[in-house]
Amino acid sequence: MQINEELVRQITNAVLSQMSQAGASSASGNASGSVPSSAEVPSMAGRDRINEEKTSYADYPRAKKGTDPKEVVIGVGAAFQKEITKTICGIPLDDVLRNVKAGIEEEGMTPRVVKILDTSDVCFMALEAAKLSGSGIGVGIQSKGTTVIHQKDLYPLSNLELFPQAPLMTLETYRQIGQNAAKYVKGEQVVPIPCTNDPMSRPKYQVKAALMHIAETEQLDPEVGAVEWEGR
Amino acid sequence: MKRSKRIEALDARPVNLDGYINEWPEMGFVAMSSPYDPKPSVRVEDGKIVELDGKQREDFDFIDQFIADYAINIDRTEKSMAVSSLDIARMIVDIHVSRKEILEIISGITPAKMTEIMNHLNVVELMMGMQKSRARRTPGNQAHITNLKDDPVQIAADAAEGALRGFAEEETTMGVARYAPLSAMALLIGSQVGRPGVLTQCSAEEATELELGIRGLTTYAETLSVYGTEKVFIDGDDTPYSKAFLNSAYASRGLKVRFTSGSGSEVLMGSSEDKSMLYLECGCLFVTKGAGSQGIQNGSVSCIGVTGSVPAGIREVLAENLVAALLGLECASSNDQSFSNSDMRRTARTMLEFLPGTDFIFSGYAAEPNYDNMFAGSNFDAEDFDDYNVLQRDMQVDGGLKPVTEEQVIHVRNKAARAVQAVFRNLNLSPVSDEQVEAVTYAHGSKDTLSRDVTADLAAAEDVLKRGITGIDVVKALAETGFEDVAASVLNMLKQRVAGDYMQTAAILDKDFHVMSGVNTPNDYMGPGTGYRVDGERREEIKHNPHSINPEARSGRRRRPCRSMKN
Repeated sequence: MQINEELVRQITNAVLSQMSQAGASSASGNASGSVPSSAEVPSMAGRDRINEEKTSYADYPRAKKGTDPKEVVIGVGAAFQKEITKTICGIPLDDVLRNVKAGIEEEGMTPRVVKILDTSDVCFMALEAAKLSGSGIGVGIQSKGTTVIHQKDLYPLSNLELFPQAPLMTLETYRQIGQNAAKYVKGEQVVPIPCTNDPMSRPKYQVKAALMHIAETEQLDPEVGAVEWEGR
Repeated sequence: MKRSKRIEALDARPVNLDGYINEWPEMGFVAMSSPYDPKPSVRVEDGKIVELDGKQREDFDFIDQFIADYAINIDRTEKSMAVSSLDIARMIVDIHVSRKEILEIISGITPAKMTEIMNHLNVVELMMGMQKSRARRTPGNQAHITNLKDDPVQIAADAAEGALRGFAEEETTMGVARYAPLSAMALLIGSQVGRPGVLTQCSAEEATELELGIRGLTTYAETLSVYGTEKVFIDGDDTPYSKAFLNSAYASRGLKVRFTSGSGSEVLMGSSEDKSMLYLECGCLFVTKGAGSQGIQNGSVSCIGVTGSVPAGIREVLAENLVAALLGLECASSNDQSFSNSDMRRTARTMLEFLPGTDFIFSGYAAEPNYDNMFAGSNFDAEDFDDYNVLQRDMQVDGGLKPVTEEQVIHVRNKAARAVQAVFRNLNLSPVSDEQVEAVTYAHGSKDTLSRDVTADLAAAEDVLKRGITGIDVVKALAETGFEDVAASVLNMLKQRVAGDYMQTAAILDKDFHVMSGVNTPNDYMGPGTGYRVDGERREEIKHNPHSINPEARSGRRRRPCRSMKN
């Protein structure tokens, strides 16, 4: 455990110092090496963005409402697989997406991925995905890993299943999320994925969560709305 | 670099597992004062505020407009604003200036002025201000009652034990949201087994929470969130006006309700508009007051990892609690979220509200082990009960709890579990086995209980909503299954909604269902010899420690816990 926590600290420090280098356009990469834990963290004061560049999605095909009743739409965050490539606990987002899709397919349903540029709130992202979905079931995944399974006719802040603690997520959980989302489409009696809880997530991860959320939010483009997304 | 063993030892301390960040005002990572915070100002024309903190009316966003129209006493605003912030800060700590006088002046000031006043006060002065300004004479405490399995039987048992230990309010929430009707029902029953008169709420999606309240399955509500920037409000599909409307929906059914805010949320959601956390929180509190709410849960709450990460963050948390009290709001002062890996740091943080006393020192204290706390961990949990009782005893401070005996705990847990079993059977909901009752009775947390049939529970939860089951059905079920005393208590809780007295500021109920609020038992602290003092029966209660040495016992047995405490 000790090693993991130390690693997280080092990564956080490294990310921060990387971000502070003027002109660094991609700040989401992880540090390769050994930043001493005593390194002075430089001040960010005066900067008003984490990533200087904003990705344009104007040329991407707009996401359309699906008609396939077997479809589950996965709505990913604005910075997903672009400015942010790993969840808050370091799982590559490529693998996250692959597992959710595989889970959906294993249950005989069809995944479709869209990128949500209207909002970075995971409940509203998931609801938007559900409304675009031919089946009315959608999954919202923030780039930090927080995930919701939603249904098109539920209240925004309600949900079918919510996974609020991103640091506890594993690829196995993401696969089960895909499977459960597909089971809701089939109208089965679904046993929700058992909850997990780490009361010490907040002190360890909340600042990092805030920074990742800011990095996601600054990539929003409500004019474009939602686009079809197959990774990159 | 060759490592220093001293520094290595320090690096390994729990406090260094916490997250910290340097001040970064552009992103809102600044506690009490940002260079971008507006300067205080007000201008009234034709009985209308036309300028607020440097902004003209035509430039107001909906938060400014709501505050200008509903949260500031227009008749006296220019007079209040003319008093210097330093003078008002001094009045707040002056024992010769009454709470009433201060609140009157404060009623005319703006959010930027409030921020400026708080910046004049250090933590001891903020505590003094809180001791003077809290609404209710007696401090109180609130518990979280949750578990990882959403097991309603455990909810009932933990609620009963929590009520026995002294919590005046109990709040539950779910891992799986659809469990809400069963959670609410179990909490209602369990709380009344532990101590009649305890208020209960179920934190859920707002429409669900309102429905549970209207049906009488909860007796208060708390999760009406407000935010300090327009963007965050809009992202949540809300406005100050919609919150005010929701507030009235509860009021129309006679339910106690408070709002929720807390610094750091705007930072976490990436929309802080360069302002300090305190300034944004002042906006939230003015909105809360303007919406007519009697109270607030604040003190960073679930965003404490953000506020706690910046310099003076914990001072800011107390400052925002004090702002709530100064606006005349009931303050449930957070301490309800795990915030540090360091026992020293988490205790120190709580002392700021524990020592002066607030209307609810915790909003909530995890009355289960933290691994079962579905608010992602509280600052104190069930394993800290004895530490907390000893802190009360050491300092002769009323933190709202009391020592209990093992026999009492087992008794109320068992009765609550059996009551839920009986009610579920009577109402034809999902079954509760005798083995489950037994396991929950003696359990510390959900690791010690049996698994529930989740599908059956969720079907039952849906059934409760579909069949329109209400608090009265629970009363009937309790009465028909031999739990007449619990039935009478639940019925009494429902009657409160007809009387409505417990909707007054900072109201709680005693075991005979008498209301104690900021109106009929107001805080009258004005220095030594005044205000609430721990004495009489309450002092005796707090003094007790079951682990005290018994001087009469033979040497070999001297550390045996003394169990002579009276019930």
